[in-house]
Amino acid sequence: MDLLGINPALLIASLMVSATPILLAAIGETVVEKSGVLNLGVEGMMIVGAVVGFVTAVNTENPAIGFVTAAIAGALLSTIFATLVLYLKSNQVATGLGLTLVGLGISALLGKPYEGIKSPTLKSMDIPILSDTPIFGRMLFSHDAMVYVSILIVGFVWYTLKYTRIGLVLRAVGENHDAAHALGYKVIRIRFLAIMFGGACSGLGGAYISLVRVPQWTEGMTAGAGWIALAIVVFASWKPWRTLIGAYLFGGITVLQLNLQAAGVAIPVEYLSMSPFLITIAVLVIISAKGNQGAPASLGRPFHASN
Amino acid sequence: MTDLLLDITGLTKAYPGVVANNNVSFQIRSGEVHALLGENGAGKSTLVKMIYGLVKPDSGSMTFQDQQFMPASPNAARGTGVAMVFQHFSLFDALSVAENIALGMDDAPKPRDLAENIRQVSNAYGLPLEPNRVVGTLSAGERQRVEIIRCLLQNPKVLIMDEPTSVLTPQEVEVLFKTLRQLKREGTSILYISHKLEEIRALCDTATILRHGEKVATCIPVATTAREMAEMMVGASFANPIKAKREMGDTILSLKNVSASSAEAFGTSLRGISLDLKEGEILGIGGVAGNGQDELLATLSGETTVASDMIIFDGQAIGKQGPTERRKIGLLSAPEERLGHAAAPAMSLRENTVMTAAERKSLLKNGFIDWAAADQYTQDIIADFDVRTPGTHTPAGSLSGGNLQKFVVGREVLQNPKVFVVNQPTWGVDAAAAASIRQKLLDLADNGAGVIVISQDLDELLEISDRFCAINEGRLSKIVPTSTLEMDQIGLMMGGATVDQERRQA
Amino acid sequence: MIHFEKRLNPSRLTTVVTPLIAVILTMIAGGIMFAALGKPPLEAIRIIFWDPLFDPNFASYSRPQLLVKAGPLILIAIGLSIGFKAGIWNIGAEGQYIMGAISGAAVALATYPAVSVLLFPAMVAAGAFGGWLWAMIPAILRTKFNTNEILVSLMLVYVAESILASVAQGLLKNPEGYGFPGSRNLQQYPSAFNAEVIANSGMHWGVISAFIAVIFAYVMMTRHIRGFEVRLMGEAPKAARFSGVSTTRLVVFCLGISGALAGLAGMFEVSGPSGQITIDFNSGYGFTAIIVAFLGRLHPIGILLAGLLMALTYIGGELAQLMLGLPGASIQLFQGMLLLFLLATDIFTNYRIRIGGAK
Repeated sequence: MDLLGINPALLIASLMVSATPILLAAIGETVVEKSGVLNLGVEGMMIVGAVVGFVTAVNTENPAIGFVTAAIAGALLSTIFATLVLYLKSNQVATGLGLTLVGLGISALLGKPYEGIKSPTLKSMDIPILSDTPIFGRMLFSHDAMVYVSILIVGFVWYTLKYTRIGLVLRAVGENHDAAHALGYKVIRIRFLAIMFGGACSGLGGAYISLVRVPQWTEGMTAGAGWIALAIVVFASWKPWRTLIGAYLFGGITVLQLNLQAAGVAIPVEYLSMSPFLITIAVLVIISAKGNQGAPASLGRPFHASN
Repeated sequence: MTDLLLDITGLTKAYPGVVANNNVSFQIRSGEVHALLGENGAGKSTLVKMIYGLVKPDSGSMTFQDQQFMPASPNAARGTGVAMVFQHFSLFDALSVAENIALGMDDAPKPRDLAENIRQVSNAYGLPLEPNRVVGTLSAGERQRVEIIRCLLQNPKVLIMDEPTSVLTPQEVEVLFKTLRQLKREGTSILYISHKLEEIRALCDTATILRHGEKVATCIPVATTAREMAEMMVGASFANPIKAKREMGDTILSLKNVSASSAEAFGTSLRGISLDLKEGEILGIGGVAGNGQDELLATLSGETTVASDMIIFDGQAIGKQGPTERRKIGLLSAPEERLGHAAAPAMSLRENTVMTAAERKSLLKNGFIDWAAADQYTQDIIADFDVRTPGTHTPAGSLSGGNLQKFVVGREVLQNPKVFVVNQPTWGVDAAAAASIRQKLLDLADNGAGVIVISQDLDELLEISDRFCAINEGRLSKIVPTSTLEMDQIGLMMGGATVDQERRQA
Repeated sequence: MIHFEKRLNPSRLTTVVTPLIAVILTMIAGGIMFAALGKPPLEAIRIIFWDPLFDPNFASYSRPQLLVKAGPLILIAIGLSIGFKAGIWNIGAEGQYIMGAISGAAVALATYPAVSVLLFPAMVAAGAFGGWLWAMIPAILRTKFNTNEILVSLMLVYVAESILASVAQGLLKNPEGYGFPGSRNLQQYPSAFNAEVIANSGMHWGVISAFIAVIFAYVMMTRHIRGFEVRLMGEAPKAARFSGVSTTRLVVFCLGISGALAGLAGMFEVSGPSGQITIDFNSGYGFTAIIVAFLGRLHPIGILLAGLLMALTYIGGELAQLMLGLPGASIQLFQGMLLLFLLATDIFTNYRIRIGGAK
């Protein structure tokens, strides 16, 4: 069953864990970009979520509360971005980068006293009956709650965008914000809410890293996960279920290369650790060569209400 | 039929630098087709936006069926029974017809019911629509139908239409009029904004005429001549361009079976376009927007390149050349979109000059820009074309539409092109400026240049072009001398029929 | 209700005044942050902004350090600003910096211990080339496949860091280094050493290059057709195409020049102040330069001043860490806030506030 010293079932199980933070951030950002805004501050919101979630969980001894506060923190941080970009019409690229820097700075400051401490972590849930099935049971149905929550969020976003009124309006705003405004829709309000949703999701994703995947706090521990999430949104052509595939694919590559490193395979460590990034680039190229279909037409363009 | 539906009293609205509407009052009765007439910039759009709740008046009042009426938003206006079809559609290209209509409705029914409603209503009024089609694939006329059906599904009492026929062929205009007459019979009022006098005389019961933001007259169109209405609209007479008899030279430009796909996601591809242009000739290309005009201009300007010998200019095959090379040999152009394409809005006029005149006016020395020379040329343009602007440092975006267009055309014309191609030269331009631009085009041809004018304004084309053709879905109709043309023929050409087909039908 | 109304003409005055306001606002916000951390706010601000320049005890040491820190920031930011003005977002300058450093150091280490006056120029060329090459990857991917250069250039930073770790422990490792990772120290290799041109002034060749870059950029952007094309592309891409600007050529030019300058900065740094290739010798200049570019409003002179200001926050920050125990992360936060405040006040250049009811 083992290949190169690696157990496939174990691989898939750990892939899901590795992918969950990126999935959360990516699905949040998908909603933001579908509304027409490009928020490059995902890394900043994730790491703030990571530190806030960690600190709260340690102080309350309850990881669930940690996740809740992480989501709130991510949403709050994103309001800074939203205010600058929507009300003060600032450049989206620069503001997103500024947000990342601020997030990295705040998180390092808040997390300093907590380095080296262990936090309470989420226990894995064994879903009754399903988790007893051979092979797939352990692999798919014995994870902690957040893994399932993340998949539920993907389903929720898909359903809302496709079948509900608010989802239609959000898509319209992302397609043609001038037309949406002419029809009387509050473009800025909708985008603001979308940005906050994205911030909350990124916060959750960050908290997952510090509370479950590691679980510990180190400065800068998100290590580029936010940027990967941004790439995955493009990879998924802004479609929710494809985001799931993209995140799991990336998680899979990351876990695989770590396993290969541990198994002592003859490829130098540095090449293995570059591989997820190189593969992401390759995938981005393929998607864009095919024409970047699905990109909301107003993405990244500033909205000026013309009365 | 004679109940007072909408009573407007003393509406006033000012913006920084301009008074859009000044104390405008008029009344609309139920079942009445009421025209709102005026030149570009007269204040029609602002007035109508106040009625529809998009803009709040500075002063004045309105009543609707004797109730106070001052909608704070389009939602409120629609709730009271006022619906509007804009000149520039608020449509989402990537979404379906049904989704677009649902977005324009306040209480959209469930998707299945909505699709049924759309089919029923659109067929009932002679404007059939398929609910699941993606809007980006529809023609301009069909897109207008989406806007109209969206309004009709909410049973409005007043339907406002802003310049509805600017995107329609003559045949489509007839279909629209039939629909509007049907609505009128059912008791719906129509507020019909236009500057097309003959249409208003054919369709409307009453007309309110605006000029410079003020109401100057109300009249019964049927009882008024087009000339009288025009004089009320403009308030002064101006010189009509003089077309002298002209000698034409050799063929200077030939397109041979040019095919090119559009750069836009929902654009129109060119299919097998062929034409010949002589020196001293003005070729008019008519057609409603969205039939390949932008794409045709892009192939001529060099933004889109084609096979080398598909375009022959002055004996040379230039299909592969880009804009800079084409300017060098004397092929100049002016695209339709003034701000963002023909000119950069945030840059000054003299910077916009450098944008196209650098080569022919020797504004570059070893790659360095001679700003003094650029300034001088800009001043020449301003003087010769009467561009009203404080100076050469003004950003292009702060010029009025007419003045900017004069600058754009002047910038090219004063470079002494051998061929000049212009797309919609006088769209949105006030009458005096339009007349002067047309005169400049005639003068250019008198001096031996070949000119191609692409325009939606048939009157303009008939006035200045020597030969005429129509563009439809990326194809050109046969090119015929303007003097032999009749209105019906033009309509058919714009609808895609060839001259032979027309003869067969006659 | 307060709302914004577009100005008819962009205001010249606010373009100069808003960065100053942003700095003042950041000082206030920073002061609040320091107080929240239990440090005396006014003293902290003084230590960061005033002491490095004027304190009799250590200003003579810290002033040259200012130039050392500002040099690479300005050099990289000038390159970045040209691309940013055109709407071409090179976020991976850090990676190009690393690759330039590796290239330059490799040339030096390969020829050790040769003595030649040609060595340093060769290193300069290699450094620029290394950075340029690394930036060509996102450039080609964008022009050929329309791939977003933000994500590609950023991913390549992580790849470059991996390559750095690899060569520091492998290819470029010091054979006489007792097995420790890291290359030879170039400061001890005279032909390769990027020494100070004027002793104790902090002005090494990198700093001088930065000043030269500022002048070149200024001339190019205001007087040369290439600078005009860059501005046109950023303002109105359709008009740029109409004018005949080749998007491909411009993307290659902008990414190329920013990559080359970043690579140069890396090479000057590794052969000068930092001295050797180590696993993590890069210190985030590539990212800070982005702040410098925006703080300087994408204008060469502005970038010069912004680079000096940023360097001041670095030096002052280190001083504050030493003297007040201020955490290092607070300086990073400070710099992020500076960028956000600048972006926030930027709106006043093109819009003015209207207070009143009418829409």
